[in-house]
Amino acid sequence: MRPVIQVSGVRKTYGSMVAVDEVSFDVGEGEIFGLIGPNGAGKTTTMECIEGLRTPDRGVISVLGLNPFHDVYKLQDRIGVQLQQAQLQKRIKVWEAVDLWASLYRKKRIDGERLLEQLGLVDKRNAWFMDLSGGQKQRLFIALGLINDPEVVFLDELTTGLDPQSRRAIWELVRGIREHGKTVFLTTHLMEEAERLCDRVAIIEHGGIIDIDKPENLVKRHCPERTVVLATDASDAMQRFRAIPGVQAVSNSDSQFTIRGRGDDLVTEVIHCLSENQIRVRDFRTVVPNLEDVFLKLTGHSIRD
Amino acid sequence: MRGLWKLTWIEIKVFMREPLGAFGTIVIPVLVFLVLGRVASRTLATPSTGASGFIRVGVPVLASLLIAVNSVLSLVTIISIYREGGILKRLRATPLRPQTILTAHVIVKLTLTAATLALMVLAGKRYYPVGVHVPFFSFTMALLISTWSILSIGFLIASIVPTARFAQPIGGLILYPMIGLSGLFVPVESLPPTLHALARALPLTYSVSLLQGIWNGDGWSAHVGDIAALVLVFVVCTALSAKIFRWE
Repeated sequence: MRPVIQVSGVRKTYGSMVAVDEVSFDVGEGEIFGLIGPNGAGKTTTMECIEGLRTPDRGVISVLGLNPFHDVYKLQDRIGVQLQQAQLQKRIKVWEAVDLWASLYRKKRIDGERLLEQLGLVDKRNAWFMDLSGGQKQRLFIALGLINDPEVVFLDELTTGLDPQSRRAIWELVRGIREHGKTVFLTTHLMEEAERLCDRVAIIEHGGIIDIDKPENLVKRHCPERTVVLATDASDAMQRFRAIPGVQAVSNSDSQFTIRGRGDDLVTEVIHCLSENQIRVRDFRTVVPNLEDVFLKLTGHSIRD
Repeated sequence: MRGLWKLTWIEIKVFMREPLGAFGTIVIPVLVFLVLGRVASRTLATPSTGASGFIRVGVPVLASLLIAVNSVLSLVTIISIYREGGILKRLRATPLRPQTILTAHVIVKLTLTAATLALMVLAGKRYYPVGVHVPFFSFTMALLISTWSILSIGFLIASIVPTARFAQPIGGLILYPMIGLSGLFVPVESLPPTLHALARALPLTYSVSLLQGIWNGDGWSAHVGDIAALVLVFVVCTALSAKIFRWE
């Protein structure tokens, strides 16, 4: 995959506060890449350095072969940006914003009206910005970020503050952006969002990147534990379960057993043991770790703390 | 300067949609002008030279100056609201050049100043006792030059105000006292030495001198010094705000 964003050894401080340090990663063409971490981890700073809105103290950044600092206007012409917590003029109308943005770029290939249609904003085209709902504002910002048919789209905390329904609608939109061959770089502190949307994620904390990979690889690498929870009245259950290969711990409270072990085979082994010993179960479920658990494991705390 | 005219036009429309913005900026100076004019016509019936001088020149110049200062205060407020709301930042994350964004706002304010002045002149033709033989075109130019110069002070104020809430009060605190010392009410020459020196250092003093002169029918050549002072203010303030202006 040809890298469209290359970040190497970036450091940015605000006064004595180090916002990001030694941040390096590549984003390939056509992928959805997510920078995930809690608030204040340095996600926005990193993204804004790449967009050319901030100048890093150290390090090298290249986007589409351009230097975001020296070629900022050339770069702006080819990327689309959605900023965290941005606003527009309170009383600007939706169509006016789209029309203004369309006039700012050298190349004009996207029809603003069609874009509004795709984003479900047609009946709001004469509404003032201040009268839009949170979801409508975000969709308008996505429209503005797409108006120049950008090669790379930057989305900073896109769905923060939205209700689950709007969130899902926006995820669909982002997948649509990638299907049009564009690269998407996004930040989020929502693990579910990262897991559902991103091809690859970088976990960032305290201004440093901890690990980068596909979400499922991160889970495999850092959280190989598997857990099976079941309920049975069989009297010899405990000793049978302890004998299963790969099992590390079994605990129970009354008839409910929790079997912990490692590796993808654990579930098969448990099922095998149940059928071989004809153990009858009333309940059976598996607990598979996700990015949330990876984050907890790597940082020692939940992303919400 | 791509996008300048579209941005300027949108900013004008957005401003006119503000419930109080347009009203406060346009109507108040015209009202001041007319009310003082009413008082004037009564006073003129018993003419004393000092009073009639103020009425003939002082009131129109005061009203014009209010137009300029109101424009500047509105600029300070808008810029700080735009900064606080991230609007400036959002505009910067496009190929728009920063100077285009600021130029658009200057054009909006100059247009507004000219429009308000035109309204004042129209109202004055009907209700104001004097001022029919005034060179309006030159006077408009003089007011635009003054406004343009004070706008640069506005940018400087907008660079330092911490939040949008303080923009208007801090701006007013800086600009209104300047009107008091500008020579409009008391001639600068008759001020005590310290105040005199202070008045000489304030840009509005030169605006008043220019506006009064042009209203009285002076040629431009008589006010080269005033214009030079206003240009100097513009250059200094613009250079300073270019250094300390914050976009977010």
